[in-house]
Order: sequence, then C-alpha cells, then structure tokens
Amino acid sequence: MISLRGVVKRFGTQTVLNGVDFEVQDGETVALLGPSGTGKSVLLKHIIGLIKPDAGSIIVDGKDVSHLDRRALAEFRQSIGYVFQNGALFDSDNVFENVRLGIVDEEKFNDIEYATERVTQCIRLVNLQPDVVLQKYPAELSGGMRKRVGIARAIAGSPKYLLYDEPTSGLDPVNADIIDELVKRLDEELGVTSVMVTHDVRGAFRVANRLALLSEGQIVMQGTPQEFLESKNPKVQEFLERDFDNPSFAA
Amino acid sequence: MTARAQSFDIRQSVGRSVLGGLSHSGRFSYFLADAFRGLPEIRIWWPRMLIEAWNIGIGSLLIVILISAFAGAVTALQTGYQFTGSIPYYVVGTLVVSSIILELGPVLTALILSGRIGARYAAELGTMRVTEQIDALESLGRSPASHLVLPRVIAGFIMIPALTVFANLSGVLAGWLSVKAVLPVTDADFIYGAQYYYRPFDAYYSLIKAFFFAGAITTISCYMGFNTQQGAEGVGKSTTTAVVASSVLILVLDVVITRILLNQ
Repeated sequence: MISLRGVVKRFGTQTVLNGVDFEVQDGETVALLGPSGTGKSVLLKHIIGLIKPDAGSIIVDGKDVSHLDRRALAEFRQSIGYVFQNGALFDSDNVFENVRLGIVDEEKFNDIEYATERVTQCIRLVNLQPDVVLQKYPAELSGGMRKRVGIARAIAGSPKYLLYDEPTSGLDPVNADIIDELVKRLDEELGVTSVMVTHDVRGAFRVANRLALLSEGQIVMQGTPQEFLESKNPKVQEFLERDFDNPSFAA
Repeated sequence: MTARAQSFDIRQSVGRSVLGGLSHSGRFSYFLADAFRGLPEIRIWWPRMLIEAWNIGIGSLLIVILISAFAGAVTALQTGYQFTGSIPYYVVGTLVVSSIILELGPVLTALILSGRIGARYAAELGTMRVTEQIDALESLGRSPASHLVLPRVIAGFIMIPALTVFANLSGVLAGWLSVKAVLPVTDADFIYGAQYYYRPFDAYYSLIKAFFFAGAITTISCYMGFNTQQGAEGVGKSTTTAVVASSVLILVLDVVITRILLNQ
C-alpha cells in the first residue's frame, strides 16, 4: 500500500505540493491526472525517495520512505520499478545491458545465463523482438521502443510496485494506445500495484481502476472512472471537458 | 543608483557567494563520503574503471606527449639563448631535466587533462543527470558512486600519474634534441648535467604532484557533472566550471606541494 499524508514540497519560493493526501491500495492501478507542470512527476519521485518532502509522510509497504537510511532506501527501491518519462536509458549501454541493470538481485545479475533468460523474457513481455533490439543502443531506437525498453528494465527485477511517469507522452496515438494496452496487460499479468502519472485522460480511463486529479499542489479528487464522470467538482469537469468532446474518447 | 544601494548590493552579492561556497563545500564533502562508501563494491567499479582507464589513457597519450615535447624543446632553446659561455654547458642538462620533471611535466599534463578528462567527465555525468539516467540508476537501488564516480576517479588516479611519466620522458627527450641544435653540447655533457643535480626524490615529487592533480581533476569534474541542472545550458555551465575550478586548484596545489616538499 502507498500512502501519502500532508506532503509539502517547495522549490525556492514555489510551492509545488501543498499538503497532498494520496492513497493506493495493493493490486490497484491508479492514474494520477493533472495539467502539465502541476507536480505529478515530483509526487511520483517522492514515492521512490528520489525527492524528500519538506513536510508530511510517505509510507510505502509499511516503510516511511523519507526516513530510510541510504542502505535501507536502496533495498526498498528494489521492490519498485520506475518508468521514466523519456525512458532514461543508459545511452552508453546496449538494450541488453540496460534491461539487465533492472535485475536488482546481485547474484542473479551476475549469473549470465539467468540474466540472458530474464532480459529476453522481459523484452518479449513488452512486445519487442529480442533478436532485433538486444544489441541496439538507445540512440538507435524509436521513442515508443525506448519507452518499452524502459518498462522492460523496470519489470526485470520483479517489483511489487510499478510507477509510470508519463508513459505515453510524446507518442503518436497509435503508439500511445500500444503502451496503454501494455501497461494494462502487465498490471494484470504481473499482479503489481501501479501508479501512472499522465495528462492523457483517455489513456487513464482505459488503464486505471481509480483516478486522482492533482491541481494547484493538492489532490482535488480520488475515485473510480465512473465517479469522475459523475463528479460536479468544477476542476474535475474543467479537466475532463476537452476529452468528453473528443469523439475518440466517447468511443 | 545611490551609493548606499550599491553597497547593499555588494553585501548581498558577497553574502550569496559565501553561502554558495559553503553550500558547495558541504555538498562536495558528502559527495566524497558517498564515493568512499562505494569502495567495497569492487565487482561493480573494477570493470568500468578498466574501460575508463583505457579510454582516458590511450585517448590522452598523444596530446600529452606532444605538448610536453614542445615545452621541453622551448625550455632548451631559451636556455641556449641565455647561455653566454660563462656557465658550463652541462648545466643545460640539469636545467632541462629539473624544469620538466619538477614543474612542466606534471603541471602542463594536469592542465591539459583538466580540459580533456575533466570536461569529458563533467559533460558525461551532467548529461546523465539532466536525462534522468542517474535518477534511473538510483531508482534501481544501485549506487551512482560505484557505477559512475569511482570508476572515473580511480582511473584518473592511475592514468594521470602514468601520463605524467610519459610527459616527463618526452619533454626531456625533446629538450635534449633541441639543445643539441643550438649549443655545442655533447650527449655526454647533457647526461652528466642531468645526473649531477638529479635526486631520485625528484621523480617521486613529480608523481606525488600528479597524484594530487588527478584528485583535483576527477573529483571536481564528477561533482560538477553530478550537480548539473537545467538541461543543455546546465551541462555547458558545469563543464566550464569543472575545467576552470580544477585548473585553479591545480595551480594552488602546485604552490602548496612545492612549499611542503621542497622548502621544508
């Protein structure tokens, strides 16, 4: 379970998160919505301890993330797979080495036979062909392929939680749909608890069990897609309005 | 702007600089402590260190030899210009060898490498920072110190003194050949002069300097790269700062080490 209580984060004079309360139950897939620049990625980085809050608590799997020491934090992170917005692949390593780094157990990482099998399996899980991509470098991949390799790296260590930071941003609608389907399928097949940061309402409705809307540093609403559709909250309505009018969303 | 307002601005500016300096010192100490904590993870940093050492060693060898050779040649030619005949010719051997081994070899090599290796480290790590590759490494529960910092720093500690040895050899050799072109100095004269005042400690002194310079170049450039902010502009800023800061520190260390080891 992921639980954030009263999280505050300031960068200089700008308050990005202003008392955020946010909860994700085990096995859920929650989409964190909000306009660009509202601090969704910042909130996600708090969950994995890449950013420390100025106030409030972040409890993941019973651990207070902001108070873990270095070693405990490294161990804790091994239970989380993080998919970065632009893939964040190591550009001097090929795809095989990138995904292999996701195998967090040091013994398994050094067991070449296991690593090869696991990397191949993860590459297949994200609908890529190992023969084609394993020896390629990130610069030789398309945007969609980079995102998928990023997902393969995140799942290689068999994490309990998966955090996706804008997995479909910068992709054309066809590739965005492929990634959405992939996220949904992985969540079902691997049984992980997922948080997906996105400003793509359509994708969020397709993938998530629950939604949360972050606006002006606070969670405005958390609920099921149906509850969002029925909500009278003006901020929720304003955010959804554009996509309601879109015929592809209605479909 | 009134004089009072100007003095206020100066106070603010000085205050900001002092706070900035203190903040950098604190973060640099944490950075070094982090790097030391990664030392036991030898299985991670060793293979990467070998690659880094090969890259910076082979990649820098030619430029280091070239610049040191020219420095040796110019030292010899200027010595020839100043010799009027009242000083024995063998002294030119002493001058060339001492100048190269005690000062020009290690310092010139370090200044070249602060541009070549320091800029490379700062730019590499800075790009990794702004493209979230360092965050990705941390998110996998892996230590950026043992994956990124230690291989670079240790490779520098090995290769910069090694390159200094090559710089010393090429500088002395070029000086020897050059001095023969302008003065009637025989090989025997040059070797006699080179050996007359030479102490084995001079070679150690040269390596001790190179070792400290390696520390300055590698740690500062890795630190600056690690703390890069704001995209491509930030990478450029970190790279420039890394080269300038390590060059200044090299010159300061040069004075301090000379004072401590030669003027006890």
